[in-house]
Parts: sequence; structure tokens; C-alpha cells
Amino acid sequence: MGGVRTAGDLVARVMASKALRVNEAKKYVADKLGLSVFDLSDSQVMREVREELNIGHVLARPGGAIGIEAKIRIAELLDIQINSVNRFKSKLGLSLLNQK
Amino acid sequence: MGKIFSRMGDGSALWLTEDELRQELLAGTEDAADRGKISPLNEDELERLFEICASPQKVVSVEPGHEVVHSFDAGTLKFPLRGGVPVDRLGTVLAHERAFCSDTFEVGHCDYSFKPVKAIIAEERQSMEQIQLNATIPVYYGAMPNLGLYTKPDGPVDNWSELLPLGKIAEAREAQEEALELAVKDIYYVCEAMHEAGADGINLDTVGASGDADFMAALRAVEKLKSIYPEIHIEMGMAGEFVLGMHGGLEYDGIRLAGLYPHKQLQLAEKAGVDIFGPVINTKSNMSVPWNIARACTFVKACSEIAKIPIHPNAGMGVGGVPVSSTAPLDAISRASVALIEIGKADGL
Repeated sequence: MGGVRTAGDLVARVMASKALRVNEAKKYVADKLGLSVFDLSDSQVMREVREELNIGHVLARPGGAIGIEAKIRIAELLDIQINSVNRFKSKLGLSLLNQK
Repeated sequence: MGKIFSRMGDGSALWLTEDELRQELLAGTEDAADRGKISPLNEDELERLFEICASPQKVVSVEPGHEVVHSFDAGTLKFPLRGGVPVDRLGTVLAHERAFCSDTFEVGHCDYSFKPVKAIIAEERQSMEQIQLNATIPVYYGAMPNLGLYTKPDGPVDNWSELLPLGKIAEAREAQEEALELAVKDIYYVCEAMHEAGADGINLDTVGASGDADFMAALRAVEKLKSIYPEIHIEMGMAGEFVLGMHGGLEYDGIRLAGLYPHKQLQLAEKAGVDIFGPVINTKSNMSVPWNIARACTFVKACSEIAKIPIHPNAGMGVGGVPVSSTAPLDAISRASVALIEIGKADGL
């Protein structure tokens, strides 16, 4: 789908974490982002969306989120559990209940 | 219309008339239907496959909005090891994330089997922890059950491939049963550590490479992992379209493993707790790519129709209708990919 250039990573995360087939996973992500399914694989639309939400993108920029910072936002945005995010928060002593 | 450019399953060029192409597609789906005891593709599906295979464009694609996600096997082996690019695994992951735009990625050790990873689990875990801090895309840890590694002289178990030709059937079976118990322990040990390291999931890859006992080890390991870590994500990619009966008597949930085709393998994977299933359909190098694509789509469609979990058919060198070549041609790869998505209804590749 195009990974962080589009919404490929987000659809893949939802597909795995909620065991959804691809069309269901796309609809889930589109609804959460307030976009159409068509938009999810449009790199022009998704660049603006990803930069606005600061959830990681192919283009590096000052202050732009990468890695665990981006994933913490993605977990909140999509209302999914991300293993590395949970463990990172646990190491910091932050409650998972404070995710939102 | 002149002759249509196509390829053989070994990647060599082939030119077909329209009638010949249609015959190849029909023969391919009938072969799968006969072997798997499943429905062949219908007329509409065969017509769409004809359009895909007969397209004069070098590369074909799905319509915008119909893309699917990619998952990997042997992810970090391909760039630094197969390609010889001097970059570490973190660099490989980030290159796939930011340059190749992969939807997911997979970290694996160069031995790519659970048994050898066991000895270096601390270093593997440390690598995964660093990668998880830096990567935005989902990163899985992948390896093979690879039951053969448990045989003498590398392992503690007698080699069933040596025992079987001697007619020592009972001894060969006993050796496989012993090996699969060891493999379950090793798979669990490694996967538990990688889950604790923050991996987004586990890719049990090339499952069944050593036959039915290999498949059994993977199913049992998944079952055990899921019972202790219900939240762990597990993808299971198969080694071949048909589970070899090296043991012949092993059953999971009352189903004999030897001889199972993808749609039956899927059902057992679901029962064990697998989250994404990767069926494999072998490419026959002496048959045409259209024949192989039609055959692969028939098996994958049979999986998709009954699947409760996402299906990611293996689509690479030598499987999924892609030619048996380490530099598989783009024209063939793109046709196989589109066909698996549109006709096979794959959720990913």
C-alpha cells in the first residue's frame, strides 16, 4: 500500500491487531482518520494527514515524529494496542490506562 | 491480436496465441481443482485472468484504492546479506520504511531458524528493542521451525531421512516426534523473548519444510504462545502447497496433517490461534506463468472463501505464480500479484 508514505502501516497494524480482512481494516482506519478508503493509498492526501497528526512519514523534518513517538500517537489514534508502545510506557512507569 | 508475450515458470520468454493463453489458464485452474478437491475458477474469473495476462503493458496493477498490504519473510536477510549492502538490520528496517515504503517488515537472523537463535537470544532481543524504538511500521520477528536442524550430527535426534530408506519406519517416526517437542520449546523460548522485546508479532515462516512434524511443531508452538500471550500477533507462512507426510500419522485436532492443501492448512492454523495465514502454491518451472497463476489463484480463492483471518499468499521467487528465479521478472510478478488480489481475494502478499 505504500507504508508510511500512505496508510499502509496503519492498515497492516489494524489487520493484525484486530484480525480483520483487508477491506474491513481499511474501513476501520479510514473512519478513524475521517477519510475515504480511496484516500488511504493516496500519497498526496496522506502526506498532509500524517504530518498534521505527526505520526511519521518518509520525509524527515525537524520535530517530526519517528519510531516510538509516532507509534504512541498511532495507538491512540486507531485505538489499538501496540506491543512496543505498551512496553515503553511500562518501562517509564506510565499506566496503560493513561494512553488516551 | 498478435502473439502475447508471457513466460515459462522458469522465467524464460514465451509467446502465446489468445487460444493458447486461454487453454493455459483453464488447465491451471483444473489442475488445482483436481489436486485440492476445490472449485475451479469460473468463466468471469478466467476472463479477468486473461485480461491481466494478455495486457500489453510491462507492469500491471490493481485500481487505485484496491491495494493490499505487504508482509515479509526473511526481511532483513535480503538487503544486507543477499544484496551484499553493508548496512545493519536497523538500517535495513529504516531503508524499507522510509525508502522502499514497506507496510510492515520482519527481522530475522542469518540462520533464520529458531534453534540457532536460541543461543544468541540476548543479542537478538537487544536488536529488536533498538529497532522498535526507531521504526514506525510494524516489525515482526521471523524464523523457521526447521525440524531438520534437530537431527544428528547437528542435533540430538536420529535422522529420519536416513532411517526411512532403511525401512525403519517406527524409528523415523519416533525421531520426528522427539524433534517436534524440542522445536516447540525453542520456538516458544525465542518468541517469548521477542514479544518481551516489543516485537509487533512473530512470523513463523517456511512451516512444514520438514514435513508434517514440522507443521505440527508450529501449530503446537502457536497454541502454547497464544495460551500465555493472547495478545501476541502470529503470522504463519507455509513452505509448500502440500504437507509432506514424512511421519504420516500425525494429527492435529483430529485431522491428519500429511497431504493437506492450503485451505485445509488454513483451518488448522486458525484453530491454533494464527492471526495471518500465508498459503504457498509452488510454481512449476516447466509450465507457463499463466498456468501457474491460474493454479495459484484457485488455491488462494479456496482459502479466502472460508478464512476468518487475513490471507497473505506467498508471492515471490518460485511461489504464487511467480517464476522460479532469484531475479523474477517484473511483468510476471505484477501479473501474479494482481491476480492473487483480484481473483484470489488476498488480503495481503
